[in-house]
Amino acid sequence: MRIALFVSCLVDSIFPDVGKATVTLLERLGHEIEFPSAQTCCGQMHINTGYQRHALSLVRHHVEVFEPYDVIVAPSGSCVGSVRHQHAMVARRFDDELLARRAEAVAARTYELSELLVDVLGLEDVGARFPHRVTYHPTCHSLRVLRVGDRPLRLLRHVRGIDLVELPEADVCCGFGGTFAVKNADVSTAMLADKMQNVLATRAEVCTAGDSSCLMHIGGGLSRLRTRVRAVHLAEILASDGSPAR
Amino acid sequence: MRVHLGMPTAPPGVGQLRGTEPFPKAARRAVADPQLRRNIGAATRTIREKRAAVVAEVADWEQLRDAGRELKAQVMAGLDDYLLQFEAAATARGAVVHWARDAAEANRIVTGLVLATGHRDVVKVKSMATQEIGLNEALADAGITALETDLAELIVQLDHDKPSHILVPAIHRNRSEIREIFLREMAGVPKDLTDEPSDLAEAARRHLREKFLSAKVAISGANFAVAETGTLVVVESEGNGRMCLTLPETLITVVGIEKIVPTFQDLEVFLQLLPRSSTGERMNPYTSMWTGVTPGDGPQQVHVVLLDNGRTAVLADSIGRETLHCIRCSACLNVCPVYERTGGHAYGSVYPGPIGAILSPQLTGIEDNASLPYASTLCGACYDVCPVKIDIPAILVHLRQQHVEQVSAHHRLPSPEAVAMAAAAWAMATPARWGRAQQLSRVARLLSRRGQISSLPFPLSRWTGSRDAPAPAAQSFRDWWGARASDGP
Repeated sequence: MRIALFVSCLVDSIFPDVGKATVTLLERLGHEIEFPSAQTCCGQMHINTGYQRHALSLVRHHVEVFEPYDVIVAPSGSCVGSVRHQHAMVARRFDDELLARRAEAVAARTYELSELLVDVLGLEDVGARFPHRVTYHPTCHSLRVLRVGDRPLRLLRHVRGIDLVELPEADVCCGFGGTFAVKNADVSTAMLADKMQNVLATRAEVCTAGDSSCLMHIGGGLSRLRTRVRAVHLAEILASDGSPAR
Repeated sequence: MRVHLGMPTAPPGVGQLRGTEPFPKAARRAVADPQLRRNIGAATRTIREKRAAVVAEVADWEQLRDAGRELKAQVMAGLDDYLLQFEAAATARGAVVHWARDAAEANRIVTGLVLATGHRDVVKVKSMATQEIGLNEALADAGITALETDLAELIVQLDHDKPSHILVPAIHRNRSEIREIFLREMAGVPKDLTDEPSDLAEAARRHLREKFLSAKVAISGANFAVAETGTLVVVESEGNGRMCLTLPETLITVVGIEKIVPTFQDLEVFLQLLPRSSTGERMNPYTSMWTGVTPGDGPQQVHVVLLDNGRTAVLADSIGRETLHCIRCSACLNVCPVYERTGGHAYGSVYPGPIGAILSPQLTGIEDNASLPYASTLCGACYDVCPVKIDIPAILVHLRQQHVEQVSAHHRLPSPEAVAMAAAAWAMATPARWGRAQQLSRVARLLSRRGQISSLPFPLSRWTGSRDAPAPAAQSFRDWWGARASDGP
């Protein structure tokens, strides 16, 4: 299958390994990946901070870039959430019904990674090997905006060598929330402290999730505490063949 | 753009819809109070678990939620007619209906009604509407003593405090703190009072019982007002409300105009949704309903004050409107990870938590509660539990948009945030600019050690105060892809 990769601005700039892992994984499964290099950002940060006027041009750009593709994948629950639940809304706020319909059409073909693997490709065992103790944090937008449910866990359970341990109070937000982490730093930090306590209670070596943004938050806290627990994106685990590259 | 009809918002200077400081500042103090966090954490967890258990028992819960949502949407679409229908039905049954455009007018009406009875003591049923308009303070100014009879509301009143939760106003207090408040503030309380819940309840019972028997005037709110019949409904757990609603001669009810339900039968939906969502009970212990005056039985003077206080302004906003669907169950507070760590006082308004973050700014106008729509991570837990499916995250985003537009309309110079957002949007407009921005951002690698940055300048210092930040990658994904494509995979 020919699949367009919407890598997200955060992965593109800061976590390129997550994008590379997504490519490695899908190519290993026999698919042809295209990276439409004109892509930039879905505009979620602008939308969620109150700058929909700026987001409008980003939405239009995103639609134009991805319109030619039949299947689009992103290694991010929240970016897919924005494409699926916010792009048309932004277009309609500025009375651009045509753009709203085009955005809806692109959104209908855009999948978060675990959705693509399980729903479109019908896979749960992607042939990965990752011999580590891992706990999974279901990010809010994967869980409550996209409703990916247990798809990521089903994928992880098939990973060879993995010791998957349940995260207590897993469905509670880590406190990231985009600009919330800066605007309400004290509350954000208090939420993160509880999340980290739960991660540490599992004695996992790795905390994984389907969003680099939430992992940046949890990982940033774990790094500050010098815990040596790593924040690793789901794509990196699923792409892994067990060699100690990371 | 949508047309703003310019409906009046709740006026400043009266009532309790505005805090004295922005949310992040008040929240900082709350987060630093470990006792407060323990009290609220323990209480919300208990209610959360009870709610989840009783909701799971109902096979058609989702359909009930849809029904609740549809009924409320129907009410909002025809609110003007439903209110007149309610007034006609209640009046026909002997009630006197008053219309209050705002808090000041409602307070004036209620104060006048109490003064006209010649009595100076009133008993009160727990009511958010009367907290919203600051009725107790207005009554006190007129020499009238109002006694809260809901146990938690009484605790808050005795402590000269403010409610911190819609349903459990004293949720920020534990039982030993409540014992201290009783010993300090409640006349005639035994000196050997323990902090056993049954002991505390008994002390409150003795304190209140005397007042119930002597009170001639009661003031309540209402959970529902049935347009078809003119019936008012109060849902409660303790029975203290029932005492107030039945024993006095005069009953004055302040009810927000959004509390209308079309028909008596529609209550079947809400009386299933409300107790399970709020207290986590299958059915609440006391549901009191009254329709005007019943000769020889119960209050013989029945007044209803229909309160606007900014609600019509909320109704005028096609996106924000569904905020008025709220039935004040407070399920959203109990699941909110922000509320759980700050408690209710940080929100300033009597309406805290996720629903408060969308209701208060709309009632007052966004300028007076501008920090509240940002008091959320948009995690969506509130939307999942809302019994009438109010899309709280979407409305938070909508209000942030309103705030930004309003700031830019009223200031000649853009805020630093607006400049940063415009710059980001400019850089993201084309891949060429975006690639150059990525190159520039790599300067930050100079600050990093092993890929992590531990200190950044303001405002990003608010991130690095407690968290490391990742450095931009030496090679972006797009550069890697470009190199790979030219090399061949």
